[in-house]
Amino acid sequence: MSKITTEDVEYVAGLAQLILDDDSKERLVHEMGDILNYMDALNELDTEDIEPMMHVLDLANVYREDEVKKSLSKEDVFKNAPKSEGDYFLVPRILDNTES
Amino acid sequence: MSQEIIQKTAHELHDDLRSGATTATALAEAQLAHIDGHDDKVKAYLETWNDEALAQAAAIDDALSKGNDPGLLAGIPIGLKDNLVTTTGTTGCSSQILKGFESPYTATAVQKLYDAGGVMMGKLNMDEFAMGSSTENSSMQKTANPWNLNCVPGGSSGGSAASVAANEAVISIGSDTGGSIRQPAAFCGCVGLKPTYGRVSRYGLIAFASSLDQIGPLTKDVEDSAWALNVLSGKDPHDATSADLPVPDYREALGKDINDITIGLPKEYFTDSLGDDMRQKIETAVDVLKAQGAKVVEVELPHTNHGIAVYYILATAEASANLARFDGVRYGFRHPDAKDVKEMYTMTKSEGFGPEVQRRIMLGTYVLSSGYYDAYYKKAQKVRALIRRDFDQAFEKCDIIATPTTPASAFEFGAKSQDPLEMYLNDIYTTTANLAGVPAISLPCGLTEQQLPAGLQLIGKPFAEADLFRVSHAYEQNRGFDMGHAPIA
Amino acid sequence: MEYEVVIGMEIHVEIDTKSKVFCGCKNEFHAPANSHVCPVCLGMPGALPVMNREMVNKSVAVGLALNCEISRWSKMDRKNYFYPDQSKNYQISQFDLPLCHDGSCEFEVNGEINKIGITRAHLEEDTARNDHTQGIGESGIDFNRCGVSLLEIVTEPDLRSAEQTYAFLNHLKQTLLYLGVSDCNMEEGSLRAEPNISVRPVGQKEFGIKSEVKNVASFSGVQKAIEYEFKRQVKALKKGETLIQETRGWDADQGITVPQRTKESAHDYRYFPEPDLIPIAVDEAWEQEIRESLPELPLARKHRTTEQYSLSDYDAGVLTASREMADYFEACVAAGAPAKLATNWITGDLQALISDAKADITNIKITPEQLAAMIGLIEDGTISGKIAKDILPDMFESGKEPKVIVEENGLVQISDLSELEGIIREILTQHPGPVEDFRSGKMQAKGFLVGQSMKATKGKANPKVVNQILDQLLNEE
Repeated sequence: MSKITTEDVEYVAGLAQLILDDDSKERLVHEMGDILNYMDALNELDTEDIEPMMHVLDLANVYREDEVKKSLSKEDVFKNAPKSEGDYFLVPRILDNTES
Repeated sequence: MSQEIIQKTAHELHDDLRSGATTATALAEAQLAHIDGHDDKVKAYLETWNDEALAQAAAIDDALSKGNDPGLLAGIPIGLKDNLVTTTGTTGCSSQILKGFESPYTATAVQKLYDAGGVMMGKLNMDEFAMGSSTENSSMQKTANPWNLNCVPGGSSGGSAASVAANEAVISIGSDTGGSIRQPAAFCGCVGLKPTYGRVSRYGLIAFASSLDQIGPLTKDVEDSAWALNVLSGKDPHDATSADLPVPDYREALGKDINDITIGLPKEYFTDSLGDDMRQKIETAVDVLKAQGAKVVEVELPHTNHGIAVYYILATAEASANLARFDGVRYGFRHPDAKDVKEMYTMTKSEGFGPEVQRRIMLGTYVLSSGYYDAYYKKAQKVRALIRRDFDQAFEKCDIIATPTTPASAFEFGAKSQDPLEMYLNDIYTTTANLAGVPAISLPCGLTEQQLPAGLQLIGKPFAEADLFRVSHAYEQNRGFDMGHAPIA
Repeated sequence: MEYEVVIGMEIHVEIDTKSKVFCGCKNEFHAPANSHVCPVCLGMPGALPVMNREMVNKSVAVGLALNCEISRWSKMDRKNYFYPDQSKNYQISQFDLPLCHDGSCEFEVNGEINKIGITRAHLEEDTARNDHTQGIGESGIDFNRCGVSLLEIVTEPDLRSAEQTYAFLNHLKQTLLYLGVSDCNMEEGSLRAEPNISVRPVGQKEFGIKSEVKNVASFSGVQKAIEYEFKRQVKALKKGETLIQETRGWDADQGITVPQRTKESAHDYRYFPEPDLIPIAVDEAWEQEIRESLPELPLARKHRTTEQYSLSDYDAGVLTASREMADYFEACVAAGAPAKLATNWITGDLQALISDAKADITNIKITPEQLAAMIGLIEDGTISGKIAKDILPDMFESGKEPKVIVEENGLVQISDLSELEGIIREILTQHPGPVEDFRSGKMQAKGFLVGQSMKATKGKANPKVVNQILDQLLNEE
């Protein structure tokens, strides 16, 4: 029995915006299951009093000053765009106002 | 003559260029000719910038002839990993999703190389988005190990390591998230440095795992590594995680004795999983350091075995967000058949990303998803703190930790890529330095029975690269053998 | 069964920083699409965000104004979701360690002080604009707004009516304007308010199932949406239906809310700490520095204005509606004008001129000192109030000193007894009817005669003196 199910894989693929065929799903159920099992070894460790480490650098308060810098030229903005027109990037029509 | 030139190190060429023994143009021409003659077998380069390189070289010669100093790396041919953005050429991360991308800006680290007079040769192959340990995950081409063309060069900076080993670049720049500079350097017999996290700006390095990524040089010897770090280091206002600390002249660390140095050997690295051949190579290397006056002690890094799990949780989680931006809107590939926004995302990503990248996005998304954050991500962050504490405690007893870079030398194409977990476990010796943010270097320490290079890893205290160079240089100068050149070079 | 409505607010405020929150692109609303974008806000590969210091300063100022605790240790997080209003497909925001938290805000509703809890105020970046007016089947994206400094203020569900919510929102806007942290221009989206609305039987402690209403473009829209939702939810409950927690969109044309399609997974945002940014640590000294720079806030200023100048609550409220008007008033009083007169002139004639000219009290030509001088001219009898009303538009147009205008136009008030007596005698002769009326006891006829006297002198007659003379002449004959 794998640690995760096909439904789990489908749910995560949905979050990640990936389409998986049935073979890939099955493969990922096993591969991810194996890796997650391996990761479960971390549970052997008592980390009750340990602060999670977000940064290895012991730093705080790194800021830029509120100064306006040059933006990109129109050419540079759009030169890699798969589709654009006028001043806009174009995407297939967005049908509703909700996050997909 | 040209064969001789391209075998030289940057510090040797520095003198030749100034004495008039050679010119930047002659060097660039020789380098391009050598790439032309060899890269069909090595396949390190994704693209070369012949015209730009020659124009740069001409400008360097002009400056030299006028008696100006065009910089520490003036005229030195340098190769760039394909995840460093440049306004010259394209930057694609060896991925179909970004293929042909023309960056509107240049990475800070690369700009520093330009400012120091470095002559950029082109872009080097890598595992797609730096995810892999063999460069087999490149969607572009297979790069071979110059020591044995049937073997992988390591990864993810496989093109960078192979180019230096094959004398197709004097210095190459790579990036290291869990060993991606050190492991290919070990496999290809060159010197690979992962600096302290924050030492080199990440601005313009296409992120894999932002809290672990660090840019570093792959070089022919330790001295070149020090020279390169001199140029690459420093605070960058564009990178909040770059350290605002002075950059010492690392060259001054070279050639000094190591009598005051204590080397720590972590017992967790010298277990049964380490092959006898590799173990013996490392022991011999440690003996060299001992002979040079270093003390050797045993140290403990008790959480070493958990490094891989922590690494693959944090790295994939960060990557799942970092790679979300490749959606076909502003740049890169967009699936032509997408009829709505949802399809634009899913079809673009499913076709644009290779299998390993998709696997890691899936893993990273899973460990962050609702209900699993605490069990995986937060737990991993806590164990990361323990791993850092291990290093802090070990460094109370020693100055430098010596380990193998890899459990074994380079393997043949296809030998390991079937099982992802097995592939991940190869990173056992390298990931902890990234998790702890400490600097580490891989040095060639001989050839294994398969006539493939072995790598000695030295790990230093945070921002103590100078010590790392001092000890590395002492080893390199006194190891008692010459690595020679890879057969293909 | 009686129901009550329970409302909490989520308010997004664009903070007035010159550049965006994580890059140097200009923060400007009126600009060609995609003209203020760079590798950072376009989410180009390899680009990294760096926090704008002014964003932190201004956000702390808001937090302090809302009596929040300022976190000594705060961090940014990534909120992951895919939508084309994003350049990175994650929004840099704050999850579990917001910069400001656990505050409260007092505001007035019909003269009563109400209080609302402020849950948190956190930093984030604004999103891009989607333009659906491109060709058929396509949407355009403008990233100019993407990465603009945005502060999200979340309140406790402490509000109990649409009217109270409206009052709170106005007070909050007034406070933000006092702080000078945002232009609060709702039409341009600088201030966006989304209510969370639920209902429950009066007396019940547990909250009902809430709906979150989006796309509301004005405070009156919020008020209407609350009223609509209250009715809708109560109706559903009375019919025995079960409400679901949902996001609804406000349709201003029809005055209704409609469900918005969302997938379950849309709310699995996979927050995690933003590794590209460094923690924000506002220590006591920094907090104190910002606290000391805070202006007097609306309620305090209103209270002080009432006390210090002996004004009515109403007058003080009008004067302190904006910081700029209150400043103008106080400058005028400082220049010697009696407070009540200054109030009347500022909130009356001057305000009307400003409104007609669609101007702003900060950029009008007439200075508070000039207004005070004009009031002084009335006070010392140089001009009449009527003349003052006439010259104010001239002062407003030209910015000239009132004295100069009065002299140039010969408007000095006639207080000379003999001169006025002659004029008034003539008027009495011309209007025997009203004179007769007055003498037969119709006192209001005097008003007519005063008016005629003022008219005859083109308003220059001193009304006091006119009255005196009239009294004398009417009584003696």
